[in-house]
Amino acid sequence: MPLFDKFLRIRELGILSIILIVVIGASIIDIRFLSYDSWRAVLLAIPLILVMAMGQMMVIICRHVDISIGSILAFSAIIIGLVFIQFPNTSLLAAIFITAIVGAFLGLVNGLIVTKFNVHSIIVTLGTLSLYRGLVFIVSGGRQIDRNDIPLHIISFSQTSYIFSIPGILILSTVIVLLTHLIMKHSIIGREIYATGSNPTAAHLKGINVTKITLFVFGVCGMLSGIAGLFYASRFGYVNPGVTGVGIEFIVIAGVIIGGTSITGGSGSVLGTFLGILLLGIINVALPVLNIPGGYQKAIYGIIIVAALALDQFIIYRMKIIRGSKYV
Amino acid sequence: MFNNLNKYLSDNPTLRYWIIRPEWVAVFLLIISIIVSIQLSPFFADMAFILDSATPYVEYGLIAIILTMVIISGEIDLSIASMIALTAVIFGTFFNAGYNLPISALFAILAGLLCGLFNGILVTKLKIPSIILTIGTLTLYRGIAQAMASDFSLGGYPSWFVGIDYRYIGIVPIPVIIFVIFSLIVGIVLSSTIYGKQLYLIGTNPETAKYSGIKVDKIKLLIFGLSGLISGVAGVLGTSRLAVARFNMATGAELEIVLMVMLGGTYIFGGRGNIFGTFIAFWIVVILRSGLNVANIKIESQLTILGAMLIIAIILTNYIYSKSQK
Repeated sequence: MPLFDKFLRIRELGILSIILIVVIGASIIDIRFLSYDSWRAVLLAIPLILVMAMGQMMVIICRHVDISIGSILAFSAIIIGLVFIQFPNTSLLAAIFITAIVGAFLGLVNGLIVTKFNVHSIIVTLGTLSLYRGLVFIVSGGRQIDRNDIPLHIISFSQTSYIFSIPGILILSTVIVLLTHLIMKHSIIGREIYATGSNPTAAHLKGINVTKITLFVFGVCGMLSGIAGLFYASRFGYVNPGVTGVGIEFIVIAGVIIGGTSITGGSGSVLGTFLGILLLGIINVALPVLNIPGGYQKAIYGIIIVAALALDQFIIYRMKIIRGSKYV
Repeated sequence: MFNNLNKYLSDNPTLRYWIIRPEWVAVFLLIISIIVSIQLSPFFADMAFILDSATPYVEYGLIAIILTMVIISGEIDLSIASMIALTAVIFGTFFNAGYNLPISALFAILAGLLCGLFNGILVTKLKIPSIILTIGTLTLYRGIAQAMASDFSLGGYPSWFVGIDYRYIGIVPIPVIIFVIFSLIVGIVLSSTIYGKQLYLIGTNPETAKYSGIKVDKIKLLIFGLSGLISGVAGVLGTSRLAVARFNMATGAELEIVLMVMLGGTYIFGGRGNIFGTFIAFWIVVILRSGLNVANIKIESQLTILGAMLIIAIILTNYIYSKSQK
């Protein structure tokens, strides 16, 4: 049965079955898990992470990692908060535009350092993680942006419905996810990102401008993290320089890796990343249902990341045996 | 004139070997940071004050020494800060469960060793790149610490144990003495024993090292285990200093520890670097931090300076190595 065989080879199958196991397990223990409210909680929790994960996925496919995204989110959130204090009438479109520009700029700085000096991106972004966080404190003067500083139409962006009672951030994140899918699968630059990640030297010899591609992925990753900053301000109604976005990078990286994006670059899909983030969101909502204290959340995420890394390495090892090749 | 100097240096390779070295960047930065700190505040130039302000960083310094070895062997361990927190919490939990103090300390250090070995086994057996694996275990270990301690501070230690940073020999606090002796021992092992040479070869070219009969995986495992063990020691030291253990101890300390190693001129891709550089870089971080504190610059703004210094240190080291290759 070639069709069935092909079905079994879909890489997202593993994560899909884990999601089903978690959902079925949680609903057997407590049927309330299947209620409208808990799914609404899942769907409202993930857009922020999902949008950042799209950028991070591009970066990881390109054989890099950006761990400064949490600070980029905080920086753009603080900037947009300060803009709101000055000009409370800033429209939603203008706000999205400003956060995107701020984020893209910070992402490009990461990309420039990585490409110019040829240093591993994790070390560079470990530096910029603190650098940007310090800038957040300097720009904001250490003050929090309060709920009454953020105008009502921005708050309502994540709460009231536009079409079919779907909140605005859900619509915008869906659009971003679909666009990322189109770019990655059906555009030249998307294919070039995959090529660069599989083998940068070969990509260079083939005439792909590796520097340009690296700058592009870091820029997009920063831009999407910047937009996530607006989501944060809208969803939580405050921006705190010391709290906003701290540690979010590990959740995002966890989701991307669980979704089957290979850390050695060159493979990964939007669907997988979406499922990875969905799994994390479901676990987040399932924890209270299963009577597990919230303090265990980080440990569980940690176990999932390490398990996903081991599984990923196992799959690469299997592929090597199947294809009989050293390079996968 | 610069060309003449270049030519002179390339004619005298021994002299060039001694002059174009990344450790001199660290020494140079140390002098600059001392001068700047003295300019910022007149109260700074006091040996006892500097030694005193070094004590909180000794925990990071000890780990930075080991991390230098990890990076020389071509790997990296970013889970160090989480291991400090986890071992401290394990120490506190065992102590509060009624075990006596030395036994709980032993358990904590053993737990650190196990965490390190777990990293090492996944890296050597499953071939997961250590830089991404230790990001995973960073979340995992911190998460376990949070699950064990939730938001409680585990305290109640006897008074002889608390406050190791207030015990002095002369004007030198005991943690600083521990740090100096430890870096001397590791420095000697690394520079003049066969194990040290093997470590450098592993970092330069693991394949060649393997075919020369060096047990690459075993040594890497040992180094990762050692990294966990010393994190355990640092966890106990930190608990003694703070008198409590919390799950959020040493949050973000991986930045400072990696900064110490990078400032010391250790090459991020492995095979080069030494303990002397890290030792000097430890004092750079101490003097910079305490100098900025004395000058009333906010902790949050100091983050910006440290982050920028990390990036500059890497760029400089890479530049100098690319020069010394010619």
